Amino acid sequence: MVNMAVRIGTLELKNPVMPGSGTIGEGLTRVMDLGRLGAIVTKTITPDVREGCPPPRMVEYKDGSLMAIGIPCKGPDHYVEHLLPHYRSCNAPVVCSISAPTVDDFGRLAARLSVPGVSVIEANISCPNLLQDGRAFGMDLEASAQMIRRLKASTDRPVWAKLTPNVTDIAAVAQAVEAAGADAITCANAMLGMAVDVDGFQPALGNITGGMTGPCMRPIILRMAWQVARAVKIPIIGSGGIATARDALEYLMVGCTAVQVGTVNFIHPTAMLDVIAGIEAFCQRKGIGAVRELTGAMRPRESFTEQQAA
Amino acid sequence: MSAPFPLVEAPCPVVSNDWVNEDYKHLVLDAEHGATHAAPGQFFHLLCPSIGDNVPFFRRPMSIYRIDAARGRLEFLYKIVGRGTTTLATLAPGDRLNIFGPLGRPFEFARARHILQVARGVGLATLAPVAEAAARLGMRTTALLSARSPQHLMSVDYLRSVGAQVLTVTDSEGTSDVAAVERTVRRLIEEENADFLVTCGSNRLLQLLQRLGREYKIAGEVALEQHMGCGNGMCFACVREFHSAEGGINYRRVCWEGPVFDLQEAVTW
Repeated sequence: MVNMAVRIGTLELKNPVMPGSGTIGEGLTRVMDLGRLGAIVTKTITPDVREGCPPPRMVEYKDGSLMAIGIPCKGPDHYVEHLLPHYRSCNAPVVCSISAPTVDDFGRLAARLSVPGVSVIEANISCPNLLQDGRAFGMDLEASAQMIRRLKASTDRPVWAKLTPNVTDIAAVAQAVEAAGADAITCANAMLGMAVDVDGFQPALGNITGGMTGPCMRPIILRMAWQVARAVKIPIIGSGGIATARDALEYLMVGCTAVQVGTVNFIHPTAMLDVIAGIEAFCQRKGIGAVRELTGAMRPRESFTEQQAA
Repeated sequence: MSAPFPLVEAPCPVVSNDWVNEDYKHLVLDAEHGATHAAPGQFFHLLCPSIGDNVPFFRRPMSIYRIDAARGRLEFLYKIVGRGTTTLATLAPGDRLNIFGPLGRPFEFARARHILQVARGVGLATLAPVAEAAARLGMRTTALLSARSPQHLMSVDYLRSVGAQVLTVTDSEGTSDVAAVERTVRRLIEEENADFLVTCGSNRLLQLLQRLGREYKIAGEVALEQHMGCGNGMCFACVREFHSAEGGINYRRVCWEGPVFDLQEAVTW
């Protein structure tokens, strides 16, 4: 019997597996019991009602996809009245992902969404900051920290900061949000990319640029998760290209406490259940009694020196 | 297969996967759960195999051509156009194809008495199950099929066998132009009391039916296509533009709000 529970700050999860924001929906309740997940992370809510990006919204590759969806959203009231009741009835804590154009809007939105049934606020800090020429909050240490401080002042819920990978030094951003009071870090969002429809002499995506996700991103985001784990003490939720239990184990071993499974949900709707079962089977095989022992369990190779790591 | 959930992802044995003509293949699967749960207009999301450089990352949505609940079989009629259908065409009897579904909103024609289907090309596959279901409900169906040439007309015998009146028009015979189709549709409405219009597969035919539907105040539905990610309303990749009730334009997910939409709300392209 493997103890699958993990703890992220004050929040106890029955297992370390949850969906990445924007990769599940009401439709998944017609395929599986969401109550079997460690947590339910909901699609990002914005203060305004948004239609999202013009199509085409997707380009696929052999091992990943480029999407520009643009966070279509019906606003916080619709979330509280129509979406949340759906997820609340499942037996798993709800993590509400939010995004806003300014620090003030972030704070107001977090307050509005700190309602019964929401256990955590996950700040999608990869969105453009309208007061700074659209530069993403997460690309700027001070803007990230300022936003997390505002969120901590606006809600009594734990605040997770979901970092953008589109930075040169993700460990520095991680330290900034930790210092500002973030309770955990989700590492990371999608990598910016683009594609051209050469026959049409035009961008392949309606939005021109999009977010690259899927298994092809795993080595890069895994490296970032490892760097973040070395830089901060707060728990890390690894999120990038996880499709199987072995992928999830990589993230746990470099120092993550939990994982988010994303793009694969679009292809294999019950993939998260396979990841949970696979992690448990791995622990049994290796004689590991509790999944939390896997966090940071990667050992240095014999020839490893700190100098090589630098 | 029994499951507490209406949607199932399962590998299904291929019964046959034969050529219908030079462009189209007809795939038959043993899929008991799917066949007993599916309704006309819905689709399945197929995990097309990867072969060499052809690696379809996402599933491919495929509308159902025939639901054979008695034998627990699903049938699909598809044209080979891209990576997914190219690898799908290689499946042989005994192979397994992982399918997910049934997905999407089906046709709602319960109040119709005489359904007029107007389809071109692969659109015919999507509308075919409507004729069979309508016959079971005691409704009349007329299928007006449009194709490049008589050899490209498919399912004429199948549609007749389920009781549909079948009319055909083709490019090669010079009978498929919009004006000719319009005369036929008007006659079917005025003289044969066609009272519900369904279409799929052609922008010109959609425009025509929207115009005549408005003129005669006849309701109808259209099945639309779009590249899809999840097929289950989660990723929002498959949106198209629609006329909203307030008079503007909004985006709707073809997989979730559709693939069957109100005839007049569809934006032609």
